[in-house]
Amino acid sequence: MSTTTTSPTAEPTTVIGKSADYLDQRTKIGVLTKQLVRKVFPDHWSFMLGEIALFSFVVLLISGVFLAMFFDPSMALTTHHGAPATMDGQLMSVAFSSTLDMSFEVRGGLLMRQIHHWSALIFVAGIVVHMMRVFFTGAFRKPRELNWLVGTLLMILSLAAGFSGYSLPDDVLSGNGLRITDGVIKSIPIIGSYLSYFVFGGEFPGEHIIPRLFTVHILLVPALILALIGVHLFLMVLNKHTQYPGGGRTDRNVVGYPAVPAFATKMGGNFFIIFGVLALMGGTMAINNVWNYGPYDPSPVSAGAQPDWYMLFLEGSLRLMPGQAEIVTWGDYTLSLNILVPAVIIPGLLFTFLFVYPFVEAKVTGDHREHHVLDRPRNVPARTGLGVAFLTAFVILALAGSNDLIATHFALSINTITWVFRILFFVGPVFAYWITKRICLGLQRKDRELVLHGHETGRIVRFANGEYIEVHRPLDEQERWLRVNYEARQPLAIEPATDSRGVKRKGYKKDKRWQKLSRFFYEDRVEPVTPAELAAAHAHGEHDELEPAHDTPELVSGSGTVEREH
Amino acid sequence: MSENQNPQGHDLTRHDGDGTVARTDRFADPGVPEHHPRLADTDPRAAKRNERIIAILFAISCLGTIGSLVAYFAVRPDGTTPGVRLSTVLLGVALAISLFGIGFAAVHWAKTLMSSKEYVEERHSSSSSEEVREVVQQQFKDGLEDSGIARRPVLKGAVFSALALFPLAIAVPLVSSVGGDWNVGKFRNTIWRKGMRLAYDPSGRPIKASDVTVGSVAHVIPDVPAEERETHEWITEKAKAVVLLVRLDPRDLKRDHREGASYDGIVAYSKICTHVGCPVALYEQQTHHLLCPCHQSTFDVADGAKVVFGPAKRPLPQLPITVDDEGYLMAEDDFNEPVGPSYWERLK
Repeated sequence: MSTTTTSPTAEPTTVIGKSADYLDQRTKIGVLTKQLVRKVFPDHWSFMLGEIALFSFVVLLISGVFLAMFFDPSMALTTHHGAPATMDGQLMSVAFSSTLDMSFEVRGGLLMRQIHHWSALIFVAGIVVHMMRVFFTGAFRKPRELNWLVGTLLMILSLAAGFSGYSLPDDVLSGNGLRITDGVIKSIPIIGSYLSYFVFGGEFPGEHIIPRLFTVHILLVPALILALIGVHLFLMVLNKHTQYPGGGRTDRNVVGYPAVPAFATKMGGNFFIIFGVLALMGGTMAINNVWNYGPYDPSPVSAGAQPDWYMLFLEGSLRLMPGQAEIVTWGDYTLSLNILVPAVIIPGLLFTFLFVYPFVEAKVTGDHREHHVLDRPRNVPARTGLGVAFLTAFVILALAGSNDLIATHFALSINTITWVFRILFFVGPVFAYWITKRICLGLQRKDRELVLHGHETGRIVRFANGEYIEVHRPLDEQERWLRVNYEARQPLAIEPATDSRGVKRKGYKKDKRWQKLSRFFYEDRVEPVTPAELAAAHAHGEHDELEPAHDTPELVSGSGTVEREH
Repeated sequence: MSENQNPQGHDLTRHDGDGTVARTDRFADPGVPEHHPRLADTDPRAAKRNERIIAILFAISCLGTIGSLVAYFAVRPDGTTPGVRLSTVLLGVALAISLFGIGFAAVHWAKTLMSSKEYVEERHSSSSSEEVREVVQQQFKDGLEDSGIARRPVLKGAVFSALALFPLAIAVPLVSSVGGDWNVGKFRNTIWRKGMRLAYDPSGRPIKASDVTVGSVAHVIPDVPAEERETHEWITEKAKAVVLLVRLDPRDLKRDHREGASYDGIVAYSKICTHVGCPVALYEQQTHHLLCPCHQSTFDVADGAKVVFGPAKRPLPQLPITVDDEGYLMAEDDFNEPVGPSYWERLK
């Protein structure tokens, strides 16, 4: 800490000291370093999920540079010479031929290809799981809404990166993926055909798409991702990390370990472990053996082909939509709602939900404060329920993207499976919301129960008068604090429709709508135990800890939504 | 930064998030839990043992790196899939050992030997203070004043016009070139012409009607010279022109959409799905159903290839066929509608 902040009076003697002095005299870097070196970071395993995404991206860059040295993104036709024997002498694009060469001729090339592919899958998975952590703990609340938006953009960019990379080898599978993309683009009203020409430089497949995707994949998207990662981490440091609730953790402090040494060492170690896992996967788990599929040819297609997992939801969405939705509008124009709805509107709605959620929640909570202590998911049942409903919709669509495999694997009718998924897509999320919310409320009640009555010890005591009781051990204050330190939010209170003179108030209807939404969020809630309630519970008798639960009104419903009176 | 301090103590008037005095009907924050020393903090022998473990882990990493070099130089893949697999597994596992060694050593070091003392750091409001905001507002006001733009509205218009227009100089050449000739009318036609023979895909051998047995299915391309099939234009043409040919018992054909479109129970339909354009390739003989493996649109070949299930709406376009003098199957014309997925001006 002291080597980098030199004072003009003490001449540095060590090499590090001298370099630091040199640098600082020119950059004032000491000021910045002072902020960072011993900056306190809270510690929790779930804070590592974002690191998985970040470090997978670093591995993607490293392995990607290796691949770029040997890949030739050209769609010119060539006759392949060399391994593998099945492809020797075949006519194919230079892109596919160079993919074969880097797998078979370049030593370590196949390893790097497989590491790159696995890293991409883990990268997107890391982002999604990290987003789940942020969502369910309410880490997106003020002042971090902007960083949530940056993160959501990063998630979408990661899909773009994955898709553009998947298409590069120009094999049968990726070619068919591009063909589906072309079909989706053409479904866009008015400009669809022209957009298809814009993307492919003419008719599908043409000769331009692979070089274009290559530029997108190795320049545009990674540059954007890098820039946004920079913003993401800058905002994280600026806002300081959130922390889980617990003793001594408030919205005005941050409790944890200094960046140097323990935190940075763990983070660095984590990078090597993640890289190690990816190397192990790349070394031992074959992925995308393009030589088994062959070069792109518009005619063949293999049954049971699956896109990478993060594209499955789009694939499933396309599979579920009934064809009847394609309509011909006035003037004989074709509106392909059978493609537009599942491939553009559904994902659009899912992403929109992610973008607007923090602002909607803040609005229905009537909340303008900064939040740095995370919520336990059970303490915000509506949010947790909505998150699970969202994931349910996503998973159902992804499963629908594998309906052919489910059909062949379990010997079921594909038509039946498709119909089941069609219904589940609407029913599943609603049911998931309802059950999740109930579970959260149940857990909150259990917390109350624990705080009021303590842990069951299993010790049964018989008194002289013949009475049996089970001894309960009260919670220690840390255990109790975790369970009582939350706010049971209430539905918004709004101003009445007319003021005291009976004049209609502007904006009342809008307020009323927000209040309705607010009720949906916060009507059912479980209040935390207050010291008075705990005292009352104890006052029931020195030894009798088993008083019935209905003594205390736990689940409050509806109150607090009345309009304020003048 | 203060060590392990309980910031508010145990009194009931504590501060919460936004600095207001909290209600007293809430429990008091018990403060940061007591710090428990680890075994290595109190027992020098445990610390020494951990030091040894960490050193061994780093050593394992070095061995992994050496192993990966050995694998690189010793195992030369011979161009066969098993050979390449062996090299990949050895290089991958050695690399993983080299990385795991460093990773686990670092984490173990941090968890056992580096200080585990928790620190408490104050947070400050995320916004800047009122004074700063005022200063900044004043600065912008001064800047605007200095620029004089408020007094010179002509300049305001001029600068915005110039800035808004200049991207056109880049965007127009880019956008107009990027779509090739923009002739989207090409979607309408394929290379099928009257008299063009049907040929097997990929061999290119013309198909004799008598060779097609009832119940059989053939993947078909137009009969063009072999050298033409080795150009890139061919792939783009093939992407529209591929056809699936099925011979049914003529009695099974439920109806015929176009007079003379089929020949003696032989029907030819575009292989490009009318949903999003995958090749429709799975034919089921018993039901005469044709299934698209991408999104499971199902077409009934015996009934004009109309959709019986799935996300496609329209039947597959039919290629009208007949036989020439030598008994080879040939096209009577191009498809009478655009093949493949729908688009806005498809019916125009």
